[in-house]
Amino acid sequence: MTETAAYAGYAPDAAPPSFVVELTEFSGPLDLLLTLIREEQVDIYDIPIARIAAQFVLRIRTLQLNEAADYLEMAARLLRIKAQMLLPRTDGEEAWDDPRAELVRRLLEYQQMREVVDVLERAGEERRNRFARAYIPQAPAPPEAPLALSLSELLAAVDRILRIARDPAIHDVIPRAIDVPGAITVIRDLLAIRARARWTDLVPYGAEPWQVLSTLLGLLEMAKLGECRVAQPRPFANVEITRDAASEAA
Amino acid sequence: MTPLAKLLEAALFASARPIPTEELAALDPEASKAALAAALDELREHYDVDGHGVELVELGGGWQILTRSEYTEAIERAQLAARPARLSAAALETLALIAYRQPIGRAEIEEIRGVSVGSVLKSLHERGLIDVVGRGEGMGRPLLYGTTPIFLEYFALRHLDELPRADELAVALRAEPKAI
Repeated sequence: MTETAAYAGYAPDAAPPSFVVELTEFSGPLDLLLTLIREEQVDIYDIPIARIAAQFVLRIRTLQLNEAADYLEMAARLLRIKAQMLLPRTDGEEAWDDPRAELVRRLLEYQQMREVVDVLERAGEERRNRFARAYIPQAPAPPEAPLALSLSELLAAVDRILRIARDPAIHDVIPRAIDVPGAITVIRDLLAIRARARWTDLVPYGAEPWQVLSTLLGLLEMAKLGECRVAQPRPFANVEITRDAASEAA
Repeated sequence: MTPLAKLLEAALFASARPIPTEELAALDPEASKAALAAALDELREHYDVDGHGVELVELGGGWQILTRSEYTEAIERAQLAARPARLSAAALETLALIAYRQPIGRAEIEEIRGVSVGSVLKSLHERGLIDVVGRGEGMGRPLLYGTTPIFLEYFALRHLDELPRADELAVALRAEPKAI
């Protein structure tokens, strides 16, 4: 057999491969095998198994553990085919089943797939080079103007709040502790049934100053904890409280 | 341009994804199929003939306005947009098999590629390029995979028929090995 002759003349250690290839360049044992067949310029239908098997084993010496199984399985398969090729053939040449046939079929199948890969790669590259609107990130929203308040506006606001609140009877004032936990409970209950509430929903008309303060502190505390979001579209507008999406998901 | 072409242009401009022909038709219920096709042709010609930086492309079962490829470099340099990462060789091989043999199970893909493909299938699925389309016969009733509309979009294909047929490929599997 020319096969055996070729192998005899081939000494793996004496003839290093023409170029060093990282195994990660191959997407699998079949890829490596096809590359070897191409490099050695042999006929895919008449693979000199011994030579290719030796090359294959040479290339997989520096195996990464996670790809070892796939390559070793192929190496074992090649060696088995090599062994089958070495068996003396009986006279009936016609009846001889080429042990390489299955490998050739797989290589052709793999090669066909590689051809499709080329088609896909070209198409993908063409699309990659064209942008749709989605790929253009939206310009960041201009930062909101800092809240500018004059002292008189602030005082007017305090005045308005206090006017809404019932005049406390100064002469018989009962010192009432501010009830922040209570206010938090009220806000939580409200947010449990409504995703969005307004300040005026929380503080009824005519609320006493301690109620206003409790609700305000409770609201700030919840905002700090991330339970809700507090927003005011413009100065003196009704404060909008929304359930925080993140805490809702939790 | 005709009013219908302008309407289509506005809708296509507003959309980040390709708009299917049926949805374009719904924009103007009075417009006939022929009128719609004519308007799309008109819009495409408008971009092509008058020389625009964008073009009208039919892909993924719909229509989309895309920038012309000659401006990619400049747009990317200005960091206005970035090209998506290329798919790995392993991902492309797996996709190629799924595109041609769908519905196809994991075992068959591994048999042809000669490597295990679990993690590749997972990432392709996460990117929306493939989906489970059914279950096969046999032990464990394996999951069968197929490509999605996003696959068509990713490769700018109108439909799967646009890929060369298996018998048109240079390596035809029907060829029997030569007698030795």
